[in-house]
This record gives sequence, structure tokens and C-alpha cells, in this order.
Amino acid sequence: MRKVYLYARFQRFWHWMQALIIFALLFSGMEIHGLFKLMGYEAAFQMHNYFAMGLLAFILLAFFWYITTGDFRQYLTEGNLLDKILLQARYYMNGIFRNEPHPFKKNEISRLNPLQRITYLMLTLVGLPAQIIVGFIYFYFNELVALGMDPALLAPIAYIHTLLAYLLVGFVIMHVYMTTTGHTITSNIKAMVTGWEEVEDD
Amino acid sequence: MTRFVPVLLSLFITSTVTAEVYHHPVDKITKSTADHTKFPQLKRNFKNGPEVTKACLECHTEASSQIHRTKHWTWEVPMKDGKVLGKQHVVNNFCISVEGNEPRCTSCHIGYGWKDKKFDFASQENVDCLICHDGTGTYKKLPAGAGHPAYQTTVQEKKTYKKVDLSHIARHVQNPDRHNCGSCHFEGGGADAVKHGDLDNSLLKPDRSLDIHMASGKGELNMTCVDCHKTEGHQVPGSRYEPTAFDKHGLDYPLPDDFPTTCSSCHGTTPHKTNKKLNDHIDKVACQTCHIPQIAKERATKMWWDWSKAGKFDDKGKMIVKKDSTGHPTYITKKGEFRWEKNIDPEYRWFNGQMNYTTFLTTFDDRSIVQINHPDGKAGDTLSRIWPFKVHRGKQPYDTQLKRFVKPKLHGPKGSGAYWSDFSWDKAIKAGMENAELKYSGKYGFVETEMYWPISHMVSPKEDAMGCVECHSHGGRLESLGGFYLPGRDMNPLVEIIGFIVTFGSLIGIIVHSIMRYTTQKKMKQEEGE
Repeated sequence: MRKVYLYARFQRFWHWMQALIIFALLFSGMEIHGLFKLMGYEAAFQMHNYFAMGLLAFILLAFFWYITTGDFRQYLTEGNLLDKILLQARYYMNGIFRNEPHPFKKNEISRLNPLQRITYLMLTLVGLPAQIIVGFIYFYFNELVALGMDPALLAPIAYIHTLLAYLLVGFVIMHVYMTTTGHTITSNIKAMVTGWEEVEDD
Repeated sequence: MTRFVPVLLSLFITSTVTAEVYHHPVDKITKSTADHTKFPQLKRNFKNGPEVTKACLECHTEASSQIHRTKHWTWEVPMKDGKVLGKQHVVNNFCISVEGNEPRCTSCHIGYGWKDKKFDFASQENVDCLICHDGTGTYKKLPAGAGHPAYQTTVQEKKTYKKVDLSHIARHVQNPDRHNCGSCHFEGGGADAVKHGDLDNSLLKPDRSLDIHMASGKGELNMTCVDCHKTEGHQVPGSRYEPTAFDKHGLDYPLPDDFPTTCSSCHGTTPHKTNKKLNDHIDKVACQTCHIPQIAKERATKMWWDWSKAGKFDDKGKMIVKKDSTGHPTYITKKGEFRWEKNIDPEYRWFNGQMNYTTFLTTFDDRSIVQINHPDGKAGDTLSRIWPFKVHRGKQPYDTQLKRFVKPKLHGPKGSGAYWSDFSWDKAIKAGMENAELKYSGKYGFVETEMYWPISHMVSPKEDAMGCVECHSHGGRLESLGGFYLPGRDMNPLVEIIGFIVTFGSLIGIIVHSIMRYTTQKKMKQEEGE
């Protein structure tokens, strides 16, 4: 048992802001989608747009931070990524029930396991940008139609936006659950708050 | 801090300033170069309306010629598709047809003496100047006087009409005010509020919640009909036969278009300043749709008229009149069954400005409801917008063999075949069709019809405009309007199924996983303990 400093102040700030923004977007988005009536359509619509701007701003800020600090290297993997992902997946499906140790140890140099790397990378480079782009097409639909876009695309754009949102719901559920699989049930969340995490001894 | 208080206070005060008064008070001199009370031609007795008109024409030499070119006079509107519409020709599901019932229906004609088909449409003196220009509020046409007012005190339809003082009225003329236009347009269908749903006598002195433009209270806009229906050469723009469903030109200042009556003529095409997304609606949603959330706000309007129930008498053989709790008739022997409604949500349709009419010459399918007129338009095109309509429904006679509408003669003396005197549909239809020189097979029945009245009046103040959720929701006002994606209403079943599987699949997955973790860990601890 030892403590390592895993998450820099910016990373923690960015993580929790992103969490807040995504919760707000999912929540307001569901109301706009007609799943419930709580704050009213117009308020939900306004909230959704403001937080969408926020998400865009934070994702750009994060890109800037990862590139300038070189921390993006956390997402790079040496060797066969697929093998390593399968190894991590096998742990969650099997090893975790036998009290086996985590297949990849966390330390200051490498804080993400291969499954996390690929998931977060896909989320940050593909999922969220796609959702943001589709969302902005949705928002600026009239302007884009004026520039020559086919107005019949409204429904497909809305469907893609909704589908990506549902996938994001799935991610959030799994992600929150995964935080309980650390050394103790709360050690991962504590680490994302304080920066320090208790990890198993080497 | 305290020095900011006046600044902050002024912000609140300026944000609630009332609209600027639209009509600045003017005296006689600033209003006109002519004082009609001084005209010797008008200081005399007039025997009848045409005599007054002759006096008017002495100075206003072209006035009758101008009127002759208007729908107000011809009651005839030739359409692009070759159909000839206009009040003279169209079918409606109120009193069905003007032709054959002239002295009654033509009480709203802008002329004198249209009592049958022999009326002379070239007559200059038969133009009624006073119905639109009476400044006294005392000029009234008789209900069945073929456009004439009461030259002697007259009793018609159980009401007394006092002799009108033509000489006094002729000396007190004015530009049309709401009571002038309202004398016919507020009473369309024969009485107050019957026909339109957005035009009735409550607009004579409305408060701002009834009509923000016409509100007549202190500090309100107090606009009259002709402020929007800007008339030139007696041509009043803003017809329901050829409405402008989408005014892309927008503001009529500095360069006007030919449609000065649209909302955007004054408000432009980007009127929403705080929530700009609302402007994105303008290409698909008419202003009226959100800004007239209810019609018949103060007075009930007729929604259903079933002629097939007409002709019932009580045990003593007397005519029956049934009324509801508010005093509106629900049954009249002469006319059949009625339904009235107040404060109603309009119905919504795509509308590109073209109205399709079923005329007396159109053959229709009598197995379904016949649309006397219906708005043309669809979601995908660039002209159509979602418009509000009052839909008046009912049942009316038709020729069951020829599958066409018929013109029953309703108004007339006993023995003339008129339904309201003789109560025989067969005779009334025969008389009406003979008069109109139209074919009638001799077999009649009743068919259900609907008629669309586009809504443009009774605009609510902006704080009463419809909220987003009125349409952007399941079961909202646009629930049945298809052909487009409406956020908040529409869902793709496949996307929703995937969403359901993803959400609940992952929830079930983590529950199962956590239970397994808990039980296996417990077991292992026990084993360790052993």
C-alpha cells in the first residue's frame, strides 16, 4: 500500500467540470427530447445550448493542455493494444471475482489501464467531438440550410444526436461503476478529488 | 452602492414602458382639408342611400368606379386555377349560398338593391358610401333589406330599426373605423362572432389581452382595421381568398410590397430579439400560430351547424328554439343544430397561401367528410408554413346522384319554396337550383363538411404567446401534423430501442457484476477465515 499523485490540479478541475457539463447536457437533453417535464422546454433548451458552449470550450482547453504538457502520452500504448485490452477485460469478467491483482499497476508514469486509454481516447477524440459537431449542425440548422444543406437532414441529425446521447448515458453508468473497482470502493473517486490514490504495492 | 440604485431602478422602469401611442390626437383641421358639415350639397334631406351617393360623387367623381373594382362590390374573385370564387359564388357551411337568398345575405353588400340576379353591377349610385364612412355609428343596414338601411322605422326579424338620419350622417363622414368594418366583418354568418372566431364585436373596445394592436385603453396602441389593411383607391388588401402565407419581403419601410397586411410588414422577418432561435421558426411557422394561442376569447363562435336536424316542430306545431346556458341557440327549427365554443385552440395545417375550394360545380366523394375549402401546403416546400385555422364543421344538403353541393333557397315568402317558410328541402333545393340555373337530380341527402378560416386577428400580448412546449411535446398542439421532425414530439423507434438497451443493459450489467463481486468476495473471506 502506497500513495501516488496521479491527477494534476488541471486534470481534476477539467474532469469535474466535464462531468457537470455532461450531466447538465444529458438532463436538459432528455427534457427537450420529451422524456419528462421538469424545468420547461424553453429553459431546458437554453440550458442545453449554454452547456454545449461550455463543453466545446472545455474540450478545446483540454486538447490544449494535453498537447502543451505532453500528457497525451498517457494515452499511448506500447506493444499490442488489443491483447492488453483483452487482458484488462478478462480481469473485469473473471479475475475481479477471484481477488486477483489488477493486471496493470497504476503509477506516476502510467495512470490509465489499456481499457481506460482506449475508452477515454475514443470518447474525447471521436464520441464527444461527433456529438458536439452534430449538435452544432442541429443548432445552426437554418443557417446551414441557407448555405445549401438539404433541409430533409433535420430528422437524421436529430436521430444521430439522440443516439450518441444514449451511448453517452451508457458510458456514464459504466464509468461511475468502474470507479468502485479500485483498491477500495472509493479510492478512485478520492483520487479524482485529491489527486492522490492508494495503490497496491509493487 | 446607494448611488447605483437610481441606475438600477431606471433599468427596470424602462424595461416595462408601455407601447407608444399609435394614433396621436388630431383636431379636425390637421385631419382633413374638407369639413363635410360645410358642404351645401349635404345640407338637404335625402330620401334614400343612392341619393347620398350621388351627392358624394359630385366631388369624389371616381369613388364608385374604384369600388366597382373591389371584391367588396363584385363579390367575385377569379382565381389562377380558373375557378371563380367570391361571396357570390362560394359554397359555405353556414347559410350555404348567397345566390337565391340575396335580400338577406346582401345586407352586407357595399351597395343598395341587390335583391336578385338582376342587380346592376355598373350602377354608380348604388354604391353604399356610408356603410364604410359613417362617422356617427348610427348607420345600419336592415338585415333583409338588400343593402338598404331603414328609411322609415322598420321591424325586421323581431327587432326595430329606427329611421336613419341620412343628412346628418352624410355630413359626418370619416375614414373607416372598426365599427364600420365590423358592421359586416364582426357579424359574418349573420350575427356577432358566428363565423370567423378571430373577428367579433369584442374588438370594438378590446383590452390588451384580447388584441394587443387594437387595445383601446389608455396608453395602448388603439390601431384600427385600416392601419394594417392599408387601403389605396378603395382596394383593401388582406383577402382570405389569396392570403399571403409567407411574406419574405418583410418590413414595408422604406420600400413596400403589395402585401401591407402581414405581420412582417411592420415587424420584419427577424422580430425576436431575446431568444433568437425563435427567428429560426419563421420559415416554417406563421407568426399567428404562436401569437394567437386562443380564438373566440370573449365571445363564443359557431363550431358546428347541422342542417339535417332542421325542420322539427313541437307538439303544438310551433317552431323550436333551444338555447344553452349562455344564451346561444343550440337548436332552431329553421336552421338545425348548432355548437358554440369559446376560448378555443385553433387547428393547425401547412399552408402556402393557396386555398382549394369545392364549388357548386365540383363533384366530390360523399363517403368521407367534404372539405369546402382546405389549405394547400406541405412540410417540405419553401412556401408553406404552419398556420392556425378555425375549422367550422357541419352537415349540409347535397345532390346524392350528381355528388355536388346544392343551393337551397332559404329566405323568401311562403309558397316561394324557401325553406324558412315552407320547410321542404326538396322544394327549397329545386327553387334554389332553378334560380341559379344549375342541375339538380331530385335526390338530396346531407353530407358532413368542414371549412377552414385562417386566423390573423386577436393577437395576444407577447407575454401570452405560446410557450415552446405547446408544440414541442407529446400530445401537443401539433401532434397530428405530419411530414417533418419536431423535437420533443418525434422519436425514431430504433434509436429509442438502442437507447433503452444501452441504458438498462448497462444498469443491469453493473448490478449483476456488483452482486457477483460481493458474493465471491464474501465467500473468499469465509474461506480465508476457515
